[in-house]
Amino acid sequence: MAVTKMFGAAVKRREDPRLITGHGYYTEDMNVPGQTYMAVLRSPYGHAKIRSINTEKAKKLPGVVAVFTGQDLADGGIGPLPCAWLLEVGMVNGQKMTAPEWRVLAIDKVRYTGDGVAVAIAESNAIAKDALDLIEVDYEPLPAVTNQAKAMEPGAPQLHDNAPNNVAMHWQLKNGDIDAAFASADHVVKAHFVNQRLIPNPMETHVALASWNAGAEEMTFWNTSQNPHVTRLLGTLVTGIPEHKLRVISRDVGGGFGCKISLYPGDAITLWASKQLGRPVKWVEERRENYLATAHGRDHIQDVEWAVKKDGTVLGIRVKAIANMGAYLNTGPAPGVPTWLFAPMLAGCYKFAALQSDTYGVYTNTVPTDAYRGAGRPEATFIVERGMDLIAHELKMDPVEIRRKNFIQPDEFPYTSIGTFVYDSGNYDGALNKALEMADYKGFRHRQAEARKHGKYLGIGLSTYVEVCGLGPSAGANAIGFTGGLWESAVVRMHPTGSVTVLTGSSPHGQGEETTFAQIVSSELGVPVEAVEIIHGDTGSVPFGMGTYGSRGLAVGGAALVMAARKVREKARKIAAHQLEAALDDVQYADGAFFVQGSPDKKKAIQEIAFAAYMAGNLPPGVEPMLEESHFYDPPNFVYPFGTHICEVEVDAETGVTKLVHYTAVDDCGPAVNPMIVEGQVHGGLAQGIGQALYEHGVYDDNGQLLAGSLMDYVVPTASELISFDLARTVTPSPHQPLGVKGIGETGTIGSSPAVVNAVVDALSPLGITHIDMPLTPERVWSAIQNARKP
Amino acid sequence: MKQAIHLKVNGVEHKNEVEPRMLLVHYLRDVLNMTGTHIGCDTSQCGACTVMLNGQAVKSCTVLAVQASGGEVTTVEGLAKDGKLHPIQEGFWEKHGLQCGFCTPGMMMTAVQLLERNPNPSEAEIRHALEGNLCRCTGYHNIVKAIQYAAEQMKTTAAAPMRAGD
Repeated sequence: MAVTKMFGAAVKRREDPRLITGHGYYTEDMNVPGQTYMAVLRSPYGHAKIRSINTEKAKKLPGVVAVFTGQDLADGGIGPLPCAWLLEVGMVNGQKMTAPEWRVLAIDKVRYTGDGVAVAIAESNAIAKDALDLIEVDYEPLPAVTNQAKAMEPGAPQLHDNAPNNVAMHWQLKNGDIDAAFASADHVVKAHFVNQRLIPNPMETHVALASWNAGAEEMTFWNTSQNPHVTRLLGTLVTGIPEHKLRVISRDVGGGFGCKISLYPGDAITLWASKQLGRPVKWVEERRENYLATAHGRDHIQDVEWAVKKDGTVLGIRVKAIANMGAYLNTGPAPGVPTWLFAPMLAGCYKFAALQSDTYGVYTNTVPTDAYRGAGRPEATFIVERGMDLIAHELKMDPVEIRRKNFIQPDEFPYTSIGTFVYDSGNYDGALNKALEMADYKGFRHRQAEARKHGKYLGIGLSTYVEVCGLGPSAGANAIGFTGGLWESAVVRMHPTGSVTVLTGSSPHGQGEETTFAQIVSSELGVPVEAVEIIHGDTGSVPFGMGTYGSRGLAVGGAALVMAARKVREKARKIAAHQLEAALDDVQYADGAFFVQGSPDKKKAIQEIAFAAYMAGNLPPGVEPMLEESHFYDPPNFVYPFGTHICEVEVDAETGVTKLVHYTAVDDCGPAVNPMIVEGQVHGGLAQGIGQALYEHGVYDDNGQLLAGSLMDYVVPTASELISFDLARTVTPSPHQPLGVKGIGETGTIGSSPAVVNAVVDALSPLGITHIDMPLTPERVWSAIQNARKP
Repeated sequence: MKQAIHLKVNGVEHKNEVEPRMLLVHYLRDVLNMTGTHIGCDTSQCGACTVMLNGQAVKSCTVLAVQASGGEVTTVEGLAKDGKLHPIQEGFWEKHGLQCGFCTPGMMMTAVQLLERNPNPSEAEIRHALEGNLCRCTGYHNIVKAIQYAAEQMKTTAAAPMRAGD
């Protein structure tokens, strides 16, 4: 029966008909009568004192409704932006981090190019932008610093009074006897990596529309958020608008990738200004502004050493990472990204005996960094998987062999990693074997040898990654300083006629959960998938939800949904037993119906029970009317997807151009609710990981100017830079997630960058090249080849 | 000073007075309230705003509304006919060619243009044709498949509309 087979079916997405016909509900598509338009005046300097701001001329421009400066907003009661994750555990000085005060508009000093200094609100967007030209700001430029290592040096320009040497934190994770590991090593392999700054670039920029109703004293706020309830909470904290009077709506969101987790200054200002002016205020971020003022990702400088035995056993890893935090601590998980989401994964899928990782978080005159697809885990996985190749090179072992030598074995789960996390499940060799076969690894080595004879540089690169996602247990997150829960909510409401409305706290923005969640409910309750509606992204109807990031939508939100659906089923079973006049223990459920054991003809469809629950005249004692249940699911652990990626490249030694020849990805996210959507998530992740490996680089100059400040200067890969991917899955269910599923949103990004770089380095190994920092642009590859060829 | 313009959008005549600096994309979105066409950048890079103007795919952020006056425009809202999806829409739906959906309208208009010019494109030709349209979600893998699907449909279904807006 089709109804029960929805779990695992590659059904087409129900989101699509509205999106392919131009009927989406994106924030910019929303308009409210009487709305005004806001534009933000941004600093042209990376670091400067504001001597004065004169807004008089701008205010006089016809059509301008208001002009506000940072001082106006502070006087009007708008608070600084908080940071949700101030570290304490792991801080080397034992003290809880302090965040510098981050005003929504700078008052006396700008700290990055793009820092807001004033806003103009007008009858049209064009007038608001015209008004910006009439605001006079007298700046006194100050020396700037954008490189985090330089920012720590004595005499570097100082950003904040409470952060000497610009150090926001020195954090450490240490486990096992690291000194003993290095003392007993036969080899110490060292590396210096730059994991470059990336700019997330969702195709939709940040948009906010705030509409205050003075009569009802309530605010409706349309916003491009990955987590509307958290946006509401932060909006309340910053503007003082009570949480119960603030409704946040984020229905269709044009991609997020982490940069739409946070509340941004523009969000807070539209909220405040709408209430102040008594009119709706809309802010549509330009792409240029998105580059300048929406959070960036990555940006680490890493020094790594591994202690290795001559048989290939890796004893320990020691890492010093200097993370560029930007000018302020972003409101999202920013300080957690280069620490707790990074260091615990530095052993990857391997059995190291010791680990030490020191992270320095440093302020610079750049836009704040925060979570970007993978968030800390790509920065760790690059070290781990690039490192395996460096170690193999040092020991003259095959990259496959060195990995197998150190793998955690399938019978060792749950496995407490030296990184302190408890991996729930895994079968690393299984995924590796499948990938090696698909990529014809053995055959490749032969082809490579032949090609080399003809002066062609073919290379193959592996990455056998594991990642942590499905964020995550709240108690654990609270214990390490995260100011928030990481549970998820769901309500399953069966209507009298048997159709179902689901309210989910997950907030999909491309992940397709309107479809997959309906598939799950269909499977759990035996109702047709068409009879299930998934409601999300509206704090006015959905219970508090934590939202979608950290590959948690299905892993945590899906678990909440299953638990709520099972509660509904259990309640329906009680009512069915009552109506069938059978003992509860004798009544069983199958395929959308309840039947009496031994008398299969005595049965009731769940839809009949739904109507009976509505009629309510014949319910068992103590059972309330209607079939509606909610569940707040707090996971007992993270989930740990893993896999093997193999990339094959050809490098043109004359031009330095890297051509992708073949890409194999074998990923294990447990059972797939919808394999088509799983594959789509992997494709997109691969594009972003390959983008980091070969193309993308958020470059600032020393004065704080963003050189990669537009789509003309920053390479978001086009269709021509990428190829079709060869995907497969192994299935190792998570033992603690109710459906056995793990996250899949970030695996592609986490697994791919090292595989690509390993492939290029493999191609160029006859020249003696052992590493090139990302992105492997033609210029960098060409230069590396020239340097290698120097006598 | 505002200027009078007239143009046919998805087969319907419109007459309006607009500022000379108004872009075609703003005219479609803000004056006609047709929000299916999206704006993703300010440098004509992303292609989210691609529409057909007089049978040619153009980035409507790079055309002034006054320049389009007298012309015929097809947007994503005009792709389906009589309740039947255009083969390119079917392809994107069938092959999971979209995730967040923001780039999709422009991506589909570019694909329609490609298939008009080259009904049987190779994968390399499809990828080349998409260079002016950015997608951050799909890695283009399924977009290529969607266009291949549409090409197949348009070949086998003689009645399939070959030109958007016809």
